[in-house]
Amino acid sequence: MNDRSSSPAAIEVAGLSKSYGPHRALDDVSFSVQHGSVTGFLGPNGAGKSTTLRMLVGLTTPTAGAARVLGGLYGDLPNPGRRVGVLLDASAQHAGRTGREVLRLNAMVMGLPLDRVQEMLHRVGLTPAEADRRAGTYSLGMRQRLGIASALLGDPEVLILDEPANGLDPAGIHWMRGLLREFADRGGAVLLSSHLLAEIEAVADDLVFIGGGRVIAAGSKRSLLDAAGGDLEDLFLTLTADHGREDVA
Amino acid sequence: MSAVAAVPAPMTDERDLAIPFDRLVRTELRKTYDTRASRWLLIAIAAITPIVIGVLVVALAPKELTFNKLVDFSSTPEKLLLPALGILSVTSEWSQRTGLVTFTLVPRRRRVLLAKCVAVLALGIAATAVMFAACAVGNVLGATLRAGNGSWSFGLSGFGGITLVMLIGLMEGTAFGMALLVTPAAVVVFYVLPNVWSAVFSTVPGLKSAEAWVDLSQATGNFYNDKMTGTGMLQLLVAFAIWVAVPGVIGVWRVGRTEVKSS
Repeated sequence: MNDRSSSPAAIEVAGLSKSYGPHRALDDVSFSVQHGSVTGFLGPNGAGKSTTLRMLVGLTTPTAGAARVLGGLYGDLPNPGRRVGVLLDASAQHAGRTGREVLRLNAMVMGLPLDRVQEMLHRVGLTPAEADRRAGTYSLGMRQRLGIASALLGDPEVLILDEPANGLDPAGIHWMRGLLREFADRGGAVLLSSHLLAEIEAVADDLVFIGGGRVIAAGSKRSLLDAAGGDLEDLFLTLTADHGREDVA
Repeated sequence: MSAVAAVPAPMTDERDLAIPFDRLVRTELRKTYDTRASRWLLIAIAAITPIVIGVLVVALAPKELTFNKLVDFSSTPEKLLLPALGILSVTSEWSQRTGLVTFTLVPRRRRVLLAKCVAVLALGIAATAVMFAACAVGNVLGATLRAGNGSWSFGLSGFGGITLVMLIGLMEGTAFGMALLVTPAAVVVFYVLPNVWSAVFSTVPGLKSAEAWVDLSQATGNFYNDKMTGTGMLQLLVAFAIWVAVPGVIGVWRVGRTEVKSS
Protein backbone atom coordinates (compact mmCIF):
# COMPACT_ATOMS: atom_id res chain seq x y z
CA MET A 1 0.00 0.00 0.00
CA ASN A 2 2.69 2.47 1.01
CA ASP A 3 6.29 2.39 0.06
CA ARG A 4 7.71 2.33 3.52
CA SER A 5 11.37 1.68 2.94
CA SER A 6 12.22 4.75 0.92
CA SER A 7 10.81 7.50 3.13
CA PRO A 8 12.31 8.42 6.51
CA ALA A 9 10.34 7.37 9.57
CA ALA A 10 7.85 9.78 11.14
CA ILE A 11 8.99 8.75 14.60
CA GLU A 12 12.41 7.34 15.37
CA VAL A 13 13.20 6.21 18.89
CA ALA A 14 16.82 5.21 19.36
CA GLY A 15 18.33 3.73 22.50
CA LEU A 16 16.02 5.58 24.84
CA SER A 17 16.81 4.99 28.51
CA LYS A 18 15.57 6.59 31.68
CA SER A 19 16.69 6.01 35.23
CA TYR A 20 15.03 7.38 38.32
CA GLY A 21 17.79 6.90 40.87
CA PRO A 22 18.64 3.19 40.90
CA HIS A 23 15.36 2.33 39.15
CA ARG A 24 15.69 1.86 35.43
CA ALA A 25 12.29 2.80 34.00
CA LEU A 26 13.38 2.48 30.39
CA ASP A 27 16.25 0.48 29.01
CA ASP A 28 17.57 1.03 25.49
CA VAL A 29 14.20 1.30 23.75
CA SER A 30 14.35 1.58 19.97
CA PHE A 31 11.61 1.47 17.36
CA SER A 32 10.23 3.55 14.54
CA VAL A 33 6.83 4.56 13.20
CA GLN A 34 6.35 4.96 9.45
CA HIS A 35 4.18 7.43 7.60
CA GLY A 36 0.92 5.87 6.52
CA SER A 37 0.78 3.38 9.33
CA VAL A 38 -0.63 2.76 12.77
CA THR A 39 1.83 1.41 15.30
CA GLY A 40 0.45 -0.12 18.45
CA PHE A 41 2.59 0.37 21.54
CA LEU A 42 1.72 -2.44 23.89
CA GLY A 43 2.71 -3.50 27.33
CA PRO A 44 1.41 -4.08 30.83
CA ASN A 45 0.82 -1.13 33.14
CA GLY A 46 4.08 0.33 34.33
CA ALA A 47 6.06 -1.10 31.42
CA GLY A 48 7.32 2.32 30.35
CA LYS A 49 4.84 3.26 27.62
CA SER A 50 3.88 6.63 29.02
CA THR A 51 7.48 7.50 29.87
CA THR A 52 8.47 6.78 26.26
CA LEU A 53 5.66 8.93 24.87
CA ARG A 54 6.47 11.78 27.26
CA MET A 55 10.08 11.69 26.08
CA LEU A 56 8.92 11.81 22.48
CA VAL A 57 7.30 15.18 23.09
CA GLY A 58 10.03 16.53 25.34
CA LEU A 59 8.09 16.48 28.62
CA THR A 60 10.60 14.11 30.18
CA THR A 61 14.33 14.18 29.53
CA PRO A 62 15.92 10.83 28.69
CA THR A 63 18.98 9.64 30.57
CA ALA A 64 20.36 8.30 27.30
CA GLY A 65 19.27 7.94 23.71
CA ALA A 66 17.09 10.21 21.59
CA ALA A 67 13.60 10.41 20.19
CA ARG A 68 13.08 12.11 16.87
CA VAL A 69 9.81 13.23 15.36
CA LEU A 70 9.67 14.19 11.68
CA GLY A 71 13.45 14.08 11.51
CA GLY A 72 14.19 16.35 14.45
CA LEU A 73 13.62 16.89 18.13
CA TYR A 74 10.01 17.59 19.06
CA GLY A 75 11.13 20.60 21.08
CA ASP A 76 12.63 22.16 17.95
CA LEU A 77 9.33 22.19 16.08
CA PRO A 78 8.34 25.86 15.74
CA ASN A 79 4.63 25.17 16.24
CA PRO A 80 4.40 21.51 17.29
CA GLY A 81 0.59 21.30 17.33
CA ARG A 82 0.46 21.87 13.57
CA ARG A 83 2.66 18.85 12.88
CA VAL A 84 2.14 16.45 15.76
CA GLY A 85 -1.15 15.81 17.54
CA VAL A 86 -0.65 14.64 21.11
CA LEU A 87 -2.96 13.15 23.70
CA LEU A 88 -1.13 11.99 26.79
CA ASP A 89 -3.80 12.16 29.46
CA ALA A 90 -7.40 12.99 28.67
CA SER A 91 -8.10 13.79 32.32
CA ALA A 92 -5.47 16.53 32.45
CA GLN A 93 -7.98 19.30 31.81
CA HIS A 94 -8.96 22.24 33.94
CA ALA A 95 -12.15 21.05 35.63
CA GLY A 96 -13.71 24.49 35.35
CA ARG A 97 -13.06 25.04 31.65
CA THR A 98 -15.66 24.06 29.06
CA GLY A 99 -14.71 21.61 26.35
CA ARG A 100 -15.17 24.30 23.71
CA GLU A 101 -12.93 26.68 25.65
CA VAL A 102 -10.18 24.04 25.92
CA LEU A 103 -10.13 23.72 22.14
CA ARG A 104 -10.35 27.45 21.69
CA LEU A 105 -7.25 28.05 23.83
CA ASN A 106 -5.35 25.38 21.92
CA ALA A 107 -6.47 26.83 18.58
CA MET A 108 -5.27 30.25 19.75
CA VAL A 109 -1.80 28.96 20.60
CA MET A 110 -1.54 27.16 17.26
CA GLY A 111 -2.81 30.19 15.36
CA LEU A 112 -5.84 28.43 13.92
CA PRO A 113 -9.11 30.01 12.79
CA LEU A 114 -11.82 29.55 15.41
CA ASP A 115 -14.22 27.68 13.12
CA ARG A 116 -11.75 24.83 13.40
CA VAL A 117 -12.99 24.35 16.99
CA GLN A 118 -16.58 23.72 15.90
CA GLU A 119 -15.36 21.47 13.12
CA MET A 120 -13.39 19.28 15.54
CA LEU A 121 -16.19 19.14 18.11
CA HIS A 122 -18.41 17.82 15.35
CA ARG A 123 -15.73 15.40 14.19
CA VAL A 124 -15.41 13.74 17.59
CA GLY A 125 -19.13 13.76 18.25
CA LEU A 126 -19.38 16.26 21.10
CA THR A 127 -22.71 18.08 20.85
CA PRO A 128 -22.86 21.88 21.29
CA ALA A 129 -24.54 21.37 24.67
CA GLU A 130 -21.79 19.00 25.77
CA ALA A 131 -19.10 21.34 24.46
CA ASP A 132 -20.45 24.12 26.67
CA ARG A 133 -20.30 22.02 29.80
CA ARG A 134 -17.30 22.23 32.11
CA ALA A 135 -14.78 19.46 31.56
CA GLY A 136 -15.01 18.52 35.23
CA THR A 137 -18.48 17.12 34.52
CA TYR A 138 -17.31 14.97 31.59
CA SER A 139 -17.21 11.20 31.63
CA LEU A 140 -13.85 9.65 30.78
CA GLY A 141 -15.17 8.79 27.32
CA MET A 142 -16.09 12.43 26.67
CA ARG A 143 -12.68 13.55 27.90
CA GLN A 144 -11.05 11.15 25.46
CA ARG A 145 -13.13 12.61 22.64
CA LEU A 146 -12.14 16.12 23.70
CA GLY A 147 -8.49 15.04 23.85
CA ILE A 148 -8.68 13.52 20.40
CA ALA A 149 -10.32 16.70 19.08
CA SER A 150 -7.44 18.65 20.61
CA ALA A 151 -4.87 16.35 19.01
CA LEU A 152 -6.53 16.63 15.58
CA LEU A 153 -7.07 20.40 15.84
CA GLY A 154 -3.88 21.46 14.09
CA ASP A 155 -4.40 19.01 11.19
CA PRO A 156 -1.16 17.18 12.09
CA GLU A 157 0.65 14.45 10.17
CA VAL A 158 1.67 12.50 13.26
CA LEU A 159 -0.54 11.39 16.13
CA ILE A 160 0.81 10.31 19.52
CA LEU A 161 -1.94 8.94 21.73
CA ASP A 162 -1.57 7.41 25.19
CA GLU A 163 -4.38 4.98 26.05
CA PRO A 164 -6.95 6.90 23.99
CA ALA A 165 -9.53 4.13 24.14
CA ASN A 166 -9.69 4.14 27.95
CA GLY A 167 -13.24 4.89 28.98
CA LEU A 168 -14.70 4.74 25.48
CA ASP A 169 -17.69 2.49 25.02
CA PRO A 170 -17.60 -0.21 22.29
CA ALA A 171 -19.17 2.16 19.78
CA GLY A 172 -16.59 4.76 20.71
CA ILE A 173 -13.74 2.32 20.27
CA HIS A 174 -15.10 1.33 16.89
CA TRP A 175 -15.35 5.00 15.91
CA MET A 176 -11.79 5.67 16.98
CA ARG A 177 -10.43 2.74 15.01
CA GLY A 178 -12.08 4.13 11.88
CA LEU A 179 -10.68 7.57 12.57
CA LEU A 180 -7.13 6.33 13.08
CA ARG A 181 -7.29 4.02 10.06
CA GLU A 182 -8.42 6.89 7.87
CA PHE A 183 -5.73 9.16 9.28
CA ALA A 184 -3.03 6.59 8.44
CA ASP A 185 -4.48 5.80 5.03
CA ARG A 186 -4.12 9.47 4.12
CA GLY A 187 -0.41 9.19 4.91
CA GLY A 188 -0.39 10.08 8.60
CA ALA A 189 1.63 8.24 11.21
CA VAL A 190 -0.05 7.04 14.38
CA LEU A 191 1.61 5.80 17.55
CA LEU A 192 -0.92 4.65 20.09
CA SER A 193 -0.35 2.93 23.37
CA SER A 194 -2.56 0.53 25.21
CA HIS A 195 -2.38 -2.21 27.77
CA LEU A 196 -5.24 -3.98 25.98
CA LEU A 197 -4.20 -5.99 22.96
CA ALA A 198 -7.69 -6.35 21.49
CA GLU A 199 -8.09 -2.59 21.19
CA ILE A 200 -4.97 -2.33 19.10
CA GLU A 201 -5.00 -5.53 17.12
CA ALA A 202 -7.85 -4.48 14.85
CA VAL A 203 -6.27 -1.22 13.73
CA ALA A 204 -2.48 -1.54 13.99
CA ASP A 205 -0.13 -2.31 11.10
CA ASP A 206 2.90 -2.64 13.31
CA LEU A 207 3.31 -3.59 16.93
CA VAL A 208 5.90 -2.80 19.56
CA PHE A 209 5.71 -4.82 22.77
CA ILE A 210 7.38 -3.35 25.81
CA GLY A 211 7.86 -4.94 29.21
CA GLY A 212 9.93 -3.91 32.20
CA GLY A 213 11.25 -0.92 30.29
CA ARG A 214 12.56 -2.97 27.36
CA VAL A 215 11.27 -3.74 23.88
CA ILE A 216 10.47 -7.44 23.96
CA ALA A 217 9.08 -7.81 20.45
CA ALA A 218 8.49 -5.56 17.49
CA GLY A 219 7.50 -5.93 13.89
CA SER A 220 4.59 -5.93 11.51
CA LYS A 221 1.40 -7.37 12.89
CA ARG A 222 1.45 -10.01 10.15
CA SER A 223 4.94 -11.28 10.93
CA LEU A 224 4.23 -11.35 14.65
CA LEU A 225 0.96 -13.19 14.01
CA ASP A 226 2.77 -15.76 11.90
CA ALA A 227 5.39 -16.25 14.58
CA ALA A 228 2.71 -16.64 17.22
CA GLY A 229 0.76 -19.19 15.26
CA GLY A 230 -2.13 -16.80 14.75
CA ASP A 231 -2.84 -15.83 18.32
CA LEU A 232 -1.33 -12.52 19.35
CA GLU A 233 -2.82 -12.67 22.78
CA ASP A 234 -0.91 -15.84 23.53
CA LEU A 235 2.25 -14.20 22.29
CA PHE A 236 1.61 -11.11 24.38
CA LEU A 237 1.00 -13.13 27.53
CA THR A 238 4.00 -15.37 26.89
CA LEU A 239 6.28 -12.41 26.26
CA THR A 240 5.21 -10.51 29.33
CA ALA A 241 5.28 -13.64 31.48
CA ASP A 242 8.79 -14.50 30.25
CA HIS A 243 9.86 -11.05 31.04
CA GLY A 244 8.44 -11.23 34.52
CA ARG A 245 10.55 -14.33 35.24
CA GLU A 246 13.63 -12.63 33.88
CA ASP A 247 13.09 -9.81 36.34
CA VAL A 248 12.85 -12.16 39.25
CA ALA A 249 15.92 -14.13 38.24
CA MET B 1 15.96 39.79 -14.27
CA SER B 2 12.70 38.11 -15.13
CA ALA B 3 14.38 34.76 -14.59
CA VAL B 4 15.10 35.76 -11.01
CA ALA B 5 11.60 37.06 -10.47
CA ALA B 6 10.10 33.89 -11.90
CA VAL B 7 11.67 31.71 -9.23
CA PRO B 8 9.27 31.78 -6.31
CA ALA B 9 10.87 32.78 -3.06
CA PRO B 10 11.21 29.77 -0.79
CA MET B 11 8.05 29.96 1.25
CA THR B 12 8.04 28.66 4.78
CA ASP B 13 5.07 26.42 5.31
CA GLU B 14 2.55 28.29 7.45
CA ARG B 15 2.61 25.36 9.85
CA ASP B 16 6.31 25.87 10.48
CA LEU B 17 6.11 29.50 11.55
CA ALA B 18 7.16 30.05 15.14
CA ILE B 19 4.44 30.90 17.64
CA PRO B 20 4.64 34.69 18.12
CA PHE B 21 5.04 35.85 21.70
CA ASP B 22 1.97 38.09 21.69
CA ARG B 23 -0.18 35.06 20.86
CA LEU B 24 1.10 33.34 23.99
CA VAL B 25 0.37 36.44 26.06
CA ARG B 26 -3.18 36.65 24.69
CA THR B 27 -3.71 32.97 25.46
CA GLU B 28 -2.44 33.41 29.01
CA LEU B 29 -4.66 36.47 29.44
CA ARG B 30 -7.64 34.45 28.31
CA LYS B 31 -6.85 31.76 30.87
CA THR B 32 -7.27 34.36 33.62
CA TYR B 33 -10.99 34.71 32.93
CA ASP B 34 -12.17 31.61 31.08
CA THR B 35 -13.07 29.51 34.13
CA ARG B 36 -15.61 30.33 36.80
CA ALA B 37 -12.96 30.51 39.54
CA SER B 38 -10.55 32.69 37.57
CA ARG B 39 -13.38 34.98 36.45
CA TRP B 40 -14.49 35.52 40.06
CA LEU B 41 -10.96 36.34 41.13
CA LEU B 42 -10.73 38.98 38.38
CA ILE B 43 -14.13 40.40 39.32
CA ALA B 44 -13.01 40.58 42.97
CA ILE B 45 -9.77 42.31 41.99
CA ALA B 46 -11.66 44.87 39.91
CA ALA B 47 -14.48 45.40 42.41
CA ILE B 48 -12.68 45.46 45.74
CA THR B 49 -11.47 49.07 45.51
CA PRO B 50 -14.81 50.60 44.44
CA ILE B 51 -16.48 48.72 47.30
CA VAL B 52 -13.89 49.83 49.85
CA ILE B 53 -14.11 53.41 48.56
CA GLY B 54 -17.89 53.31 48.90
CA VAL B 55 -17.53 52.34 52.54
CA LEU B 56 -14.80 54.93 53.20
CA VAL B 57 -16.80 57.78 51.67
CA VAL B 58 -19.58 57.02 54.13
CA ALA B 59 -17.48 56.09 57.15
CA LEU B 60 -14.44 58.37 57.21
CA ALA B 61 -14.50 61.71 59.01
CA PRO B 62 -14.98 64.51 56.43
CA LYS B 63 -11.57 66.03 57.10
CA GLU B 64 -9.96 62.68 56.28
CA LEU B 65 -11.61 62.44 52.89
CA THR B 66 -8.61 63.20 50.67
CA PHE B 67 -7.33 61.43 47.59
CA ASN B 68 -4.15 60.48 49.42
CA LYS B 69 -6.03 58.89 52.34
CA LEU B 70 -8.34 56.99 50.02
CA VAL B 71 -5.40 55.52 48.10
CA ASP B 72 -3.72 54.68 51.39
CA PHE B 73 -6.70 52.74 52.69
CA SER B 74 -7.95 51.09 49.53
CA SER B 75 -4.59 49.89 48.23
CA THR B 76 -4.24 47.52 51.18
CA PRO B 77 -6.96 45.02 50.19
CA GLU B 78 -5.89 45.28 46.55
CA LYS B 79 -2.31 44.54 47.51
CA LEU B 80 -3.57 41.44 49.28
CA LEU B 81 -5.76 40.15 46.46
CA LEU B 82 -3.69 40.88 43.36
CA PRO B 83 -0.85 38.39 44.04
CA ALA B 84 -3.36 35.52 44.01
CA LEU B 85 -3.66 36.13 40.28
CA GLY B 86 0.05 35.52 39.83
CA ILE B 87 0.07 32.45 42.08
CA LEU B 88 -2.86 30.75 40.33
CA SER B 89 -1.67 31.61 36.85
CA VAL B 90 1.30 29.30 37.45
CA THR B 91 0.08 26.72 39.95
CA SER B 92 -3.12 25.86 38.05
CA GLU B 93 -0.97 24.37 35.28
CA TRP B 94 0.19 21.81 37.84
CA SER B 95 -2.81 21.51 40.13
CA GLN B 96 -5.19 21.11 37.18
CA ARG B 97 -2.47 19.35 35.15
CA THR B 98 -3.16 21.55 32.13
CA GLY B 99 0.61 22.00 31.89
CA LEU B 100 0.66 18.66 30.10
CA VAL B 101 -1.07 20.30 27.12
CA THR B 102 0.41 23.78 27.57
CA PHE B 103 4.00 22.54 27.54
CA THR B 104 3.32 20.08 24.72
CA LEU B 105 1.94 22.80 22.47
CA VAL B 106 4.74 25.17 23.52
CA PRO B 107 7.78 23.10 24.48
CA ARG B 108 9.62 26.21 25.69
CA ARG B 109 8.60 26.55 29.29
CA ARG B 110 10.47 29.77 30.03
CA ARG B 111 8.67 31.43 27.17
CA VAL B 112 5.33 30.34 28.62
CA LEU B 113 6.39 31.69 32.01
CA LEU B 114 7.37 35.00 30.48
CA ALA B 115 4.00 35.20 28.71
CA LYS B 116 2.27 34.52 32.04
CA CYS B 117 4.28 37.30 33.73
CA VAL B 118 3.46 39.80 30.99
CA ALA B 119 -0.23 38.85 31.12
CA VAL B 120 -0.60 39.16 34.90
CA LEU B 121 1.46 42.37 35.05
CA ALA B 122 -0.77 43.92 32.39
CA LEU B 123 -3.79 42.97 34.49
CA GLY B 124 -2.03 44.36 37.57
CA ILE B 125 -1.56 47.73 35.83
CA ALA B 126 -5.22 47.71 34.80
CA ALA B 127 -6.32 46.88 38.36
CA THR B 128 -4.17 49.71 39.74
CA ALA B 129 -5.69 52.11 37.21
CA VAL B 130 -9.17 51.05 38.35
CA MET B 131 -8.04 51.65 41.93
CA PHE B 132 -6.85 55.20 41.23
CA ALA B 133 -10.02 55.96 39.27
CA ALA B 134 -12.19 54.67 42.12
CA CYS B 135 -10.22 56.82 44.58
CA ALA B 136 -10.73 59.88 42.38
CA VAL B 137 -14.47 59.26 42.16
CA GLY B 138 -14.53 58.68 45.91
CA ASN B 139 -12.75 61.98 46.54
CA VAL B 140 -15.26 63.89 44.42
CA LEU B 141 -18.18 62.12 46.09
CA GLY B 142 -16.71 62.77 49.53
CA ALA B 143 -16.32 66.46 48.83
CA THR B 144 -19.81 66.82 47.38
CA LEU B 145 -21.89 64.51 49.55
CA ARG B 146 -20.16 64.86 52.89
CA ALA B 147 -18.36 68.17 52.53
CA GLY B 148 -15.10 66.24 52.77
CA ASN B 149 -11.65 67.76 52.60
CA GLY B 150 -11.31 66.73 48.93
CA SER B 151 -7.59 67.49 48.72
CA TRP B 152 -5.86 66.16 45.62
CA SER B 153 -2.32 66.58 46.86
CA PHE B 154 -0.62 63.32 46.03
CA GLY B 155 2.40 63.90 43.84
CA LEU B 156 3.01 62.46 40.44
CA SER B 157 5.64 60.06 41.77
CA GLY B 158 2.98 58.64 44.07
CA PHE B 159 1.17 57.09 41.09
CA GLY B 160 4.35 55.41 39.91
CA GLY B 161 5.29 54.37 43.44
CA ILE B 162 1.94 52.77 44.29
CA THR B 163 1.77 51.06 40.90
CA LEU B 164 5.23 49.65 41.57
CA VAL B 165 4.14 48.40 44.99
CA MET B 166 1.22 46.58 43.36
CA LEU B 167 3.35 45.04 40.64
CA ILE B 168 6.08 43.97 43.07
CA GLY B 169 3.43 42.13 45.12
CA LEU B 170 2.15 40.50 41.95
CA MET B 171 5.65 39.44 40.96
CA GLU B 172 6.21 38.07 44.44
CA GLY B 173 3.04 35.98 44.11
CA THR B 174 4.03 34.71 40.68
CA ALA B 175 7.50 33.80 41.95
CA PHE B 176 6.01 31.88 44.89
CA GLY B 177 3.66 30.10 42.49
CA MET B 178 6.59 29.06 40.30
CA ALA B 179 8.73 27.95 43.23
CA LEU B 180 6.02 25.88 44.94
CA LEU B 181 3.83 24.78 41.96
CA VAL B 182 1.02 23.57 44.23
CA THR B 183 -1.87 25.98 44.77
CA PRO B 184 -2.59 25.43 48.49
CA ALA B 185 1.09 25.41 49.44
CA ALA B 186 1.84 28.53 47.42
CA VAL B 187 -1.17 30.41 48.82
CA VAL B 188 -0.42 29.50 52.43
CA VAL B 189 3.31 30.18 52.19
CA PHE B 190 2.77 33.46 50.35
CA TYR B 191 0.34 34.86 52.90
CA VAL B 192 1.84 33.40 56.07
CA LEU B 193 5.62 33.37 55.64
CA PRO B 194 6.16 37.14 55.25
CA ASN B 195 4.07 37.80 58.38
CA VAL B 196 5.93 35.21 60.45
CA TRP B 197 9.16 36.60 59.07
CA SER B 198 8.38 40.19 60.03
CA ALA B 199 7.12 39.08 63.44
CA VAL B 200 10.46 37.36 64.04
CA PHE B 201 12.49 40.32 62.82
CA SER B 202 10.50 42.87 64.80
CA THR B 203 10.54 40.98 68.10
CA VAL B 204 13.94 39.30 68.26
CA PRO B 205 16.19 42.08 69.63
CA GLY B 206 19.31 41.38 67.58
CA LEU B 207 17.40 41.27 64.32
CA LYS B 208 15.47 44.49 64.71
CA SER B 209 18.02 46.60 62.87
CA ALA B 210 17.91 44.29 59.86
CA GLU B 211 14.14 44.42 59.55
CA ALA B 212 14.04 47.34 57.14
CA TRP B 213 16.27 45.42 54.77
CA VAL B 214 14.54 42.06 54.74
CA ASP B 215 10.84 42.94 55.04
CA LEU B 216 9.40 43.60 51.61
CA SER B 217 6.17 45.23 52.72
CA GLN B 218 8.11 47.58 54.97
CA ALA B 219 10.57 48.32 52.15
CA THR B 220 7.78 49.10 49.70
CA GLY B 221 5.93 51.09 52.36
CA ASN B 222 8.24 54.03 51.72
CA PHE B 223 6.51 54.59 48.41
CA TYR B 224 3.43 55.69 50.32
CA ASN B 225 3.45 59.37 51.06
CA ASP B 226 6.46 59.75 48.85
CA LYS B 227 9.04 58.90 51.50
CA MET B 228 11.41 56.92 49.28
CA THR B 229 15.05 57.82 49.93
CA GLY B 230 18.37 56.51 48.63
CA THR B 231 18.72 54.12 51.55
CA GLY B 232 15.08 53.16 51.14
CA MET B 233 15.75 52.25 47.52
CA LEU B 234 18.66 50.03 48.56
CA GLN B 235 16.52 48.36 51.22
CA LEU B 236 13.86 47.75 48.60
CA LEU B 237 16.40 46.12 46.29
CA VAL B 238 17.61 43.78 49.04
CA ALA B 239 14.08 42.84 50.11
CA PHE B 240 13.10 42.38 46.45
CA ALA B 241 16.01 40.01 45.96
CA ILE B 242 14.93 37.95 48.97
CA TRP B 243 11.20 37.79 48.23
CA VAL B 244 10.99 37.99 44.44
CA ALA B 245 14.32 37.25 42.78
CA VAL B 246 15.27 34.19 44.85
CA PRO B 247 11.90 32.40 44.62
CA GLY B 248 11.73 33.50 40.98
CA VAL B 249 15.05 31.87 40.11
CA ILE B 250 14.12 28.71 42.05
CA GLY B 251 10.77 28.83 40.24
CA VAL B 252 12.19 29.07 36.73
CA TRP B 253 14.43 26.13 37.53
CA ARG B 254 11.58 24.06 38.99
CA VAL B 255 9.15 24.82 36.16
CA GLY B 256 11.80 23.71 33.70
CA ARG B 257 12.40 20.42 35.46
CA THR B 258 9.23 19.36 37.22
CA GLU B 259 7.15 16.79 35.42
CA VAL B 260 3.42 17.37 35.17
CA LYS B 261 2.00 14.21 36.66
CA SER B 262 -0.10 11.85 34.62
CA SER B 263 -2.92 10.10 36.37
